[in-house]
Amino acid sequence: MNNAQPQKNSPAERVQQSLKKRYRAEARFRAFGAFSVILGLAALLVLFVKIISSGIGAFQQTYIKLDLAYDESVLGISDPRDEDQLAVANFEGAIRAALLTRFPSVTARSDKRALYSMVSIAAAFELQDELRHAPDLLNKRRQYWLLADDDLDTYFKSLKAGDPYLGRVSPQQVEWITSLIEAGEVRKQFNRRFFTSGDSAEAEMAGILGALIGSLLTLAVTLVLSFPIGVGAAIYLEEYAPANKFTDFIEVNINNLAAVPSVIFGLLGLAIFLNMFGMPRSVPLVGGLVLTLMTLPTIIISSRAAIKSVPQSIRDAALGMGASKMQLILHHVLPLAMPGMLTGAIIGMAQALGETAPLLMIGMVAFIVDIPGSIDDPATVLPVQIFLWADSPERAFVERTSAAIMVLLGFLIAMNALAIWLRQHLEKRW
Amino acid sequence: MNASVLIVSMGLVLFAAFSLGRGRSLRMAGADGAQSLHSLPHFYGMLTMLWAVLPAIALLGGWQIFETDIIEYIAIQHLPAELRDTKSVQQGLVLNQIYHLAYSDEPSLAPEFMLRAAETIATMEQRSRWLKSVVVILSMLIGAGIVWSMIRPAMRARQRVEAIFRTTLLLCSTLAIFTTIGILLSVVFESFRFFREVPISEFLFGLEWNPQTVLHAEQVSAEGSFGAVPLFAGTLLIAAIAMVIAVPTGLMSAIYLSEYAAPRVRAIVKPLLEILAGVPTVVYGFFAALAVAPFVRDLALKLGLDRWLTVTSESALAAGFVMGIMIIPFISSLADDVIRAVPRALRDGSLGLGATQSETIKQVVIPAALPGIVGGILLAVSRAIGETMIVVMAAGLAANLTANPLDSVTTVTVQIVTLLVGDQEFDSPKTLAAFALGLMLFLTTLVLNYIALHVVREYREHYE
Repeated sequence: MNNAQPQKNSPAERVQQSLKKRYRAEARFRAFGAFSVILGLAALLVLFVKIISSGIGAFQQTYIKLDLAYDESVLGISDPRDEDQLAVANFEGAIRAALLTRFPSVTARSDKRALYSMVSIAAAFELQDELRHAPDLLNKRRQYWLLADDDLDTYFKSLKAGDPYLGRVSPQQVEWITSLIEAGEVRKQFNRRFFTSGDSAEAEMAGILGALIGSLLTLAVTLVLSFPIGVGAAIYLEEYAPANKFTDFIEVNINNLAAVPSVIFGLLGLAIFLNMFGMPRSVPLVGGLVLTLMTLPTIIISSRAAIKSVPQSIRDAALGMGASKMQLILHHVLPLAMPGMLTGAIIGMAQALGETAPLLMIGMVAFIVDIPGSIDDPATVLPVQIFLWADSPERAFVERTSAAIMVLLGFLIAMNALAIWLRQHLEKRW
Repeated sequence: MNASVLIVSMGLVLFAAFSLGRGRSLRMAGADGAQSLHSLPHFYGMLTMLWAVLPAIALLGGWQIFETDIIEYIAIQHLPAELRDTKSVQQGLVLNQIYHLAYSDEPSLAPEFMLRAAETIATMEQRSRWLKSVVVILSMLIGAGIVWSMIRPAMRARQRVEAIFRTTLLLCSTLAIFTTIGILLSVVFESFRFFREVPISEFLFGLEWNPQTVLHAEQVSAEGSFGAVPLFAGTLLIAAIAMVIAVPTGLMSAIYLSEYAAPRVRAIVKPLLEILAGVPTVVYGFFAALAVAPFVRDLALKLGLDRWLTVTSESALAAGFVMGIMIIPFISSLADDVIRAVPRALRDGSLGLGATQSETIKQVVIPAALPGIVGGILLAVSRAIGETMIVVMAAGLAANLTANPLDSVTTVTVQIVTLLVGDQEFDSPKTLAAFALGLMLFLTTLVLNYIALHVVREYREHYE
C-alpha cells in the first residue's frame, strides 16, 4: 500500500477480514475429504472383521469322545471284508449303544432320541470307512472322537465365546454336554470335511469342495473362450479396423455391454442357450458361456489398452524390415502386449469368479451333493453356494457362509495380487 | 470313439497337414529352394492346415446342434400316435423317461414302445458318435488334400493365410454385436408374449404387483397383478439411497486423494479402496442381511421410529446403504480419472489469483471436470439399478409402494431372479413377466450408459 493509511473496507482489508473464514472453509473441506476416505476404509474394515469373526469358527468342528465297540451282534455282520455286509451294517446302533453306556440314566424314548441326535449321522460313515480299512477292529473296543451334530457344535462354540446359544439344544442336552465337557470328552479339531466334501443339508457335513470344483470348471470354460476371442477382437479393432460406421458400431456395443447388468446376461443364457439350443441346466459349460459373454468387454478393453501402449516405432521398424501385417502382430505386438493382456484377463476372471446373478438364472442353484467331474455335470459355484447357505436359518450355516466367503475372497485377493505382480514386473513402460 | 480320442486324432491330422503342405511347397520349388516360392514355406503348411481345420469345425458344430433333434425325431416315431404328433408336456415327460432308459443298464418294466425307443436312441447315439468322428476326419483329409494338390510356387499362400487370420479376428469382434442382438431377441421376444396376455399399460402403470396369485387362481385372469410401478419405485428408492451415500463419499475421497493426499498415502489408500470394488456382490448381500439390516432395525426401534413408520427387518435403507458402499470406489476412481485430467494450468491460474485450494477445487477443478463426473455418476446409477445380489438377499420380496426407507421394498432385479429361479414353465405370464422386467432394465441401463459414455468421451476429447 502506497497510501499511508488504507481506507476502511478497501479490497485488501476485506480480503484480510475474510481470510479467517476462508481458511476455516478450507479446513472443513479438507476434513470432509479425509472423513470420506476414512469412511470408505472403515466400511472395508468392518466388512472384513465381521466376515472373519463370524466365519473363523467354521474351520474347526466339535467332536465328542465315546467308548465304542464294533460288536458283531450290534452291527449285525460277520465279515467286515464283505462290502455288501458293510453297506448294511448298523453303525448307528453301535454309536447309540456307546451313548447309552456313557449316559446310563437315559431311559425314556424321547430322551434317547435327544441323546442320539447329539452325534452327526456322518459319524456312522466314518466308522464304516475305518472298519473297511482295518477289518481286524471287529469286536474290539476303542475310544473314538465322533463328529458332533451341528446344534451341539454351535452350542459348544458359543459357550466358549461366553455367550451360550440355547436356541437349538434342550436343557437335558446341555446337561449331557456339560458332563462331557467336564470329563474332557469334547474337543474341537480342524474341519477337514469343509474342504473335502460337497454340499449337505446337515451343516456339520457340508463342505465347499463341490462348489470350488464347479467354480474352477466354469472359469476354465470362460478363460478358454474369452481370452482368445477377446484378444482377437482387440487386435482387429486396434490394428485392422477401418475408421467407419461399422467399427464405431462394434465399439459402442462393446462399451455398452461392459455396463449391462449381469442379471441380463442370465436372461440371455436362459432364453438362448437353454431354451433355444436345448443345453442342459446347471452345468459349468453353460455357466462358462454366459460368463464369457459377460467378461469379454473387460478383456477386450484391457487388451486394447495393452496393444495401444506398444509404441508405433516398433510397428514401423517391423514393417520396414519387410514383415507382413500378420507377422508384425504375431511376432512383435502380441508378445509385447501380452503381460497387459494377461493382467486384464486375470481381472476379468476375478470378476467372473465372484459373479452370482446370471448363474442363478441358468439353474446353477440346484442342491448338488456330488462333486462335479466334468463341464457337463450338474454343479454349483462358490458364490452361489454362499447365496444358498446364506438362506439357511441355522447358525451353523451362517458360520459356514462366512467361511466360504473367506475362501472366495482369498482366491480373489490371490488373483488380483498376481495381476498387480504381472503389471509391475513384466509390463514394459515405454 | 470318444471326444478326447477325436481331438487327439484331429491334432495329428493337423500336424500332418502342416508338414505335408510345407514339404510339397519345398519340393515344388525344386533346386532353387525356398527362393523361388512366393511365400515362406510354412505359410503353405499353415494354409493346408487351416483348410483342414475350418470346415471340420463348422461340421462338428453343425453336427452338435442338430444331432439331438434328429435322434429325438426318430425316437418319437416309435411312440404311440397320440404322443407323436404335437409337442406336448406329456411327450416331454415320456421322452425324459426314454432317455433315462437309454442311459441305464438296469432292466425295466417300462412299456414296450418305450424300450424300443430307448434302444433306438442308444444305438443311434452310438452310431452318431462314430459317424461324426469319421466324417470330421474325412473332411479334414479332403480339405487338406485339395489345398495340398493346389500348391504351386506362385501360389500366394501368405496373403490367403492373412485373409483368413483377419476374417477370424473380425468375427471375434462382431461377437459383441451378436451378444447385444441375442440379449435384445431374448428379452423382446418373450416380452411380446407377455404383453399379449397382460396389456402394456397395465404393466407400466399398474400399482399392484402380485404374480404369485395368478398361478394359484389357475391363471383365470392376469389383470391387476402385474403392475410394475411398485418395483420401479422400490428400485429407484434403493438406488437413490445408494447414491446419497456413494456420490458425496466417492467424490470427496477422489478429491482428497488427488488434490490433498501425499503421494505415499495415495499409493496405499487408493488400492485399499479399490478392494471394495472387487468384493463380490453376494458378499455384500450377506453382509447387508447379517449385519446392516438388523442394525438398522434395532436403531429405528430404539429411536422409537416405529410409532410413525413401518419398520421391517429387510429394509430398503440397509440394502441401499450397502449398495452405496459398493459404489463408492466406482465413483471415486472414475472421478479421480477426470479430476487428474484437468490441466495443471487451470489450477495454477486460480491459485495464483489468491484462491485457497478448496476454492480452486470448488470453483475451477470441479466445474471443469463436471461432465466427466456427471458421466461417472450416471454409470453408477445404471449400476445401482442393475445390481442384483444385494437386493435379493437384503431387500425382500414384498412389493410395497412406499417412500419409507425402513420398510421392505422389492426391485426389478429381485423379481427377475425370484420369478425365474427354479421355475421352468415357459408359458405362464409369471415367467414371461421376468423378461418384460428384463427388457425395461436393459432399456433403462442402455440409455443411461449411452448418455454417460457419450458425455465422458466428449469430455476426454475436450482436454486431450
